[in-house]
Amino acid sequence: MKAVSRFYLALVYVFLYAPIAVLIFFSFNAGRSTAVFEGFSLKWYGEVVKDSATLTALQNTLVLAVLSSIAATVIGTAAAVGIDRMRSKVLKSATMSITNVPMMNPDIVTGISMMLLFVFAGRLLHVNNVLGFGTLLIAHITFNLPYVILNVLPKLRQTDPHLEEAAQDLGCTPLSAFFKATLPSIMGSVFSGLIMAFTLSLDDFVISYFVTGPNFQTLPLRIYAMTKKTVKPDMYALSTIIFFVILLLLVLINLSQARSEKKEKALRQ
Amino acid sequence: MKRFCSVFLCVVLAALCLFGCGKKETSTLTVEAEYPRDYEGTVLNVYNWGQYISDGSEGSLNVNKEFEKLTGIHVNYSEYDSNESLYTKLKSGGAAYDIVIPSDYMIARLITENLLQKFDVTALSNYKYIADEFKNLYFDPANEYSVPYQFCYVGLIYNSTMVEGSPDSWGVMWDKKYAGNILNFNNSRDAFGVAQYYLQQDVNSNNKADWDAAFEKLKEQKPLIQSYVMDEVFNKMEGGNAAIAPYYSGDYVTMKEVNPDLAFVYPKEGSNASVDSVCIPASAGNVEAAKLYINFLMEPEVALANAEAIYYGSPNTAVTSNPDYSLRGNEVIYPPQEVVSKMQYFQNLDPETLAYINNLWNQLKIS
Amino acid sequence: MKKSSFFSRMAVAPHMVWAVVFIVVPLLAVIYYAFTNAKGQFSFESIFKLRDYLPTIGLSMWFGLLSTVICFLLAYPFAYFLSQKQANAQRTMILLVMLPMWMNLLIRTYSWMLILERNGILNKLLTLIGLGRPNGFLNTGGAVVLGMVYNYLPYMILPIFTIMSKLDRSVIEAAQDLGGSRFNVLFRVIFPLSLPGVVSGITMVFVPSVSTFYISQKLGGGSFLLIGDAIESQFQSVNNFNLGASLSLILMVLILISMAIMNRFTDDEEGGMII
Repeated sequence: MKAVSRFYLALVYVFLYAPIAVLIFFSFNAGRSTAVFEGFSLKWYGEVVKDSATLTALQNTLVLAVLSSIAATVIGTAAAVGIDRMRSKVLKSATMSITNVPMMNPDIVTGISMMLLFVFAGRLLHVNNVLGFGTLLIAHITFNLPYVILNVLPKLRQTDPHLEEAAQDLGCTPLSAFFKATLPSIMGSVFSGLIMAFTLSLDDFVISYFVTGPNFQTLPLRIYAMTKKTVKPDMYALSTIIFFVILLLLVLINLSQARSEKKEKALRQ
Repeated sequence: MKRFCSVFLCVVLAALCLFGCGKKETSTLTVEAEYPRDYEGTVLNVYNWGQYISDGSEGSLNVNKEFEKLTGIHVNYSEYDSNESLYTKLKSGGAAYDIVIPSDYMIARLITENLLQKFDVTALSNYKYIADEFKNLYFDPANEYSVPYQFCYVGLIYNSTMVEGSPDSWGVMWDKKYAGNILNFNNSRDAFGVAQYYLQQDVNSNNKADWDAAFEKLKEQKPLIQSYVMDEVFNKMEGGNAAIAPYYSGDYVTMKEVNPDLAFVYPKEGSNASVDSVCIPASAGNVEAAKLYINFLMEPEVALANAEAIYYGSPNTAVTSNPDYSLRGNEVIYPPQEVVSKMQYFQNLDPETLAYINNLWNQLKIS
Repeated sequence: MKKSSFFSRMAVAPHMVWAVVFIVVPLLAVIYYAFTNAKGQFSFESIFKLRDYLPTIGLSMWFGLLSTVICFLLAYPFAYFLSQKQANAQRTMILLVMLPMWMNLLIRTYSWMLILERNGILNKLLTLIGLGRPNGFLNTGGAVVLGMVYNYLPYMILPIFTIMSKLDRSVIEAAQDLGGSRFNVLFRVIFPLSLPGVVSGITMVFVPSVSTFYISQKLGGGSFLLIGDAIESQFQSVNNFNLGASLSLILMVLILISMAIMNRFTDDEEGGMII
């Protein structure tokens, strides 16, 4: 069984990483093509680290993704708790249906309808140039919310509601009972929601296009706009750098965790 | 779990470290016009196609940076991917751009909907460099709204190892010999254009029968088509995965650098011409700076850098007469007059015709 | 119990406000456009035009369903095997599932095109063992579904995994002690317990995959018209917001109906039911 498990896990990882391998390979292309390999070169790495427009776009993307995913996780987790305790089935499903709307609509519909809303609100408040970072952040939080809620909700159903009641009986306030009893047991799903939200925010271009303004361009917008001409391997080089930085961090964290767990074990003995 | 949350912070920090690497370069640019520093400290919102300017990559001139150095105006540069995306954004009125660079038919639409503003192009000292054939174009007959930036033509790209002889007609895209090796545009207007030129129609017809005839042609062609493509055409043609594709002249030059087997022809039935021109939206907030920017784009050295970076044709005579210009006299980018005379520009069609075409296009996809 | 219900009512409040302002109001704009014509008058014009799009809608639902089923079949064993690993390895491995999605969608899709192309890597490898296909694998319905499965698989794996990782071990052990075979334990005990996660996963894969457009355009060679493409072209090429809005409204209704059908089977309200 162990061998089957290993083989299967490896197979899925190969599937997930196959295009990433292609991407890394072409980042080393000496030519400007992303289809024909003309020899090994680090040229595009040199190009991308001095491309200030791309680096600004990357910075914008990361700031937006971090802020929107954290905000969506906080609002969404709280909402999931509320939805889970709703007694009326109709109210529950109505709330879920509304929440899922940004997921159901094609991105272009969400993008344009939110743009219209922001422009309308801007007129009411006499703000010109309403589109920008603020509106972009609101839009990202909105389309991230259903993913956070859908991650947290099933876990809440699995946890024992008596736990929180017990905590309250022992003198906790409802809020501290939540933080001490419920939150630790759903932490895994909150975390899943967070990384899903982060991922979606990192990669969105259609909605972002319509709700952003002249002074905030994200990396996906920049890459998508490149298709008028052609995407050069410099973007592949950037992706490769990001990929290995994250991978390195993951390995380091894993090692440090393993070490601290060993220490704990040793101490216990 | 806390440790894992720190992953996010670390990623951000690591990325921020990258910003320390940007190098400062010294400028050697000489300009002809005068650029007063009256607008120093103001912001100019430029909205352009992606990769449609010389941006300092591969040792080229960084046009925006040079402009900032010269005038002290901060350039807020962002990009769009299609005329239609640009239109929706401008129409909404939620963001004020000072410079936009739409294509011909879109300029016509923007003018009729009062989304662009007039400015005196002749007051721009570098306007003298614009070739006469790019003045008084149909969408701006009195040169009140736009200054041409770059132009290109649609032609037929083919792989000479996969295609016999040298085709000279759109008819080759209906040749059963090349079934499964033919690409066509994946946007309705351009794809219909191919059939319309083959049928010798007016591409701006509002006669439904014309569009129906073109539709029948495209339907006849569909079994031979490998795929309908836009930007994928680069990878497909460069990698030798398809034999024939219609695409833009300037883009052929970049493909040819990768795959020397490729060849290009302007079909004898004529094809499509397109010009992207610099305009100032009606909602612009910094019009004077925008004019400085437009004049700057027409500077001989700046226009040369752009033409070299973009590979499209330049309407600037200082570029086309410059002996150092690498694409000077290139017959693909600058085809002879007898070829150009058979070209047509797309015009803005009425909504009913647009809807009709789109419906036909959907039917083609479903069939 | 009373105290906690007050607290939870407060917990959902920020989301409610957010949803009303940023979801319901734009939704009303969509509904407004769907039931008016270009002149802004009330009209069923665009609703009637929907008939032309029935095959498109059908195809989109079919591709969405197919990719959801494949995602589930791939993800369930994956999540199960992963949940058997050590806690420390689990966390890293689950992040490794998500990591590829942090690379840009457009570049990922280009990479798939290179793999599936007729002169692509996969075809070259298969030709070596005599299984190559002269036209490669691109531009087929299979390629579109593959693209969807690839991009949405993590959204199926994560919710199932988070549920499985903390299943009550004692329940499973009890089932095994009572003589349940491995198979029986899996289907009678583990699967029902993990159902809420499965429902979430299905929602997060099916719903967005029905309305996607980019993947089908690129991997399908532009020869498949999915509902996402049709809506995009109404907004962009034709600039007909009315038809675009009514198409997306009908799409929304269909998705809600499918969710309701799913909930009928799973007796679960997580996915959201009738409007």
